[in-house]
Amino acid sequence: MSKERIKISPDLYDIMPSDYQDLVQSATYGKEDRGWKDIGTSKELIEQHSLCAGCPESMAFRYILASLPNPEDTVMVGSTGCTSLVFPMVAVHNIHSLFGNQNAIASGLKRALSVRFPDRVKDVVVLAGDGATVDIGLDMTLQAWFRQEKFTTICFDNELYANTGGQESGLMQKGFVAKMAPVGKLFDKVRLPEIARESGCHYVVNCTVSKPSLVEKVIRNSVLIAREIGPTYIQLYTPCILEIGKNSMEGLQEMRDSEKPTERFAYKEYISEPAKQLLAELAAKDKERKAAAKQLAGKA
Amino acid sequence: MTQYRVLPGPEHFLPPAAASMGIYLPNPGEAHINGVIVPEEKAYEEAARQFLMAQVPTIFPGPLVLWAWNEKAAKKAAAVRKLYDILKECVQPGQKPMLIPMPDYRPKYPKINPEVEINPNHPNLTIWHNKIDCCMFIGVHCHQANLSLKIIRGGTSCYTVAMCAQAGHEDAMLSFRDASVEKILKLGEWIRKLKGTVKPRLTTAKTSASN
Repeated sequence: MSKERIKISPDLYDIMPSDYQDLVQSATYGKEDRGWKDIGTSKELIEQHSLCAGCPESMAFRYILASLPNPEDTVMVGSTGCTSLVFPMVAVHNIHSLFGNQNAIASGLKRALSVRFPDRVKDVVVLAGDGATVDIGLDMTLQAWFRQEKFTTICFDNELYANTGGQESGLMQKGFVAKMAPVGKLFDKVRLPEIARESGCHYVVNCTVSKPSLVEKVIRNSVLIAREIGPTYIQLYTPCILEIGKNSMEGLQEMRDSEKPTERFAYKEYISEPAKQLLAELAAKDKERKAAAKQLAGKA
Repeated sequence: MTQYRVLPGPEHFLPPAAASMGIYLPNPGEAHINGVIVPEEKAYEEAARQFLMAQVPTIFPGPLVLWAWNEKAAKKAAAVRKLYDILKECVQPGQKPMLIPMPDYRPKYPKINPEVEINPNHPNLTIWHNKIDCCMFIGVHCHQANLSLKIIRGGTSCYTVAMCAQAGHEDAMLSFRDASVEKILKLGEWIRKLKGTVKPRLTTAKTSASN
């Protein structure tokens, strides 16, 4: 859908709930430099959600939705998990896949969109939890990367199966004892970012969502690289405060503690050579555009 | 021929799809009332009568008319507004016509505001809250309308009318097909024509008490 189509019929405008009027009037669809700084001054693309109070996943959702470069022409693919409780409240096209199937669905979707809209940029972004990405859906995740499918995979890593009570997942850290995994994890956290790099992803980042500007940069890069070059993978630590015994206010600190240099979510980034070149070109164009705009503003 | 009739509910928790009970859709130029195929003209009269009889006659415009996808959609929206204005003109004191949108099909969590919208996944909430006893769906995609109409038939006593742009809805108590601006306005004309000839079923304090 193009942003020009997001218009309310004038004769029925007054009966539309205010959320929709706000979306049309002040959401950042079509804004070139959209980003997390729009939060608070424009209508966000996420309405009320049913996540727990203080859940870092809700922060992640807000930053990601604020950072998508092309939300009016983006389709997100979700999977079973806490994220699937949020997608109904997101004002971006989205599909709920069977548990683990998300990268297979996204592959077909991306190809179909390319055929249906050959002249328009359509982005596909997978957003799923660690169970869907690394355990149940690992086959689909890897095969999509092997095939060099042009979409972004985002994994919300909370290191366990949160909404079913705390079972062990592949991304759980070694030795961690969860409510439904009383023995403690016996082997290491799966090193999916490294696997992603070796499987052909052109941009891989492992980080937390404690810094919105960083999340914005990472999401923007990953979508733009996936659009032009090939698969990208972002692993974001979104701790489940309930399952690790924290209070609502402690999610942010938990992420800060986990991103220290020696910790498992210390910022790691891999960019392939073609992706580096693309980012450099985009940065140069952006600089040129901003300079021209500044000049124009000066003349006015 | 089936004996099943699509009647106001509450039918039960999971009412059968009317199609599975042998109800079939009208051909062009026809409509159905309670599952019986009738000439379209008869359906206009019956729909107008139901609207004028109802205490809270309501129009539910869906995304296909609420959003200006194209010029045709905006024109239909204008016709829906006109129909609502006619309805307001023609009802008697005590009747309360409503125009409640169904902006999209996302399930509403944590809860819907039934005063301002209806959602196809739990339409009964809006109907119960506003005490709607006759409603018309227009501009709702067929699969969502079918879902909604079945839920309404299952859990409420509301009379349902479908002004469908495709082949009609078996699960509505009355269904038009091939909806257009002209057809919407024609229903308005019928409401005007029957104005003052239909006795509304109003609940007064006295009748409530006696019930």
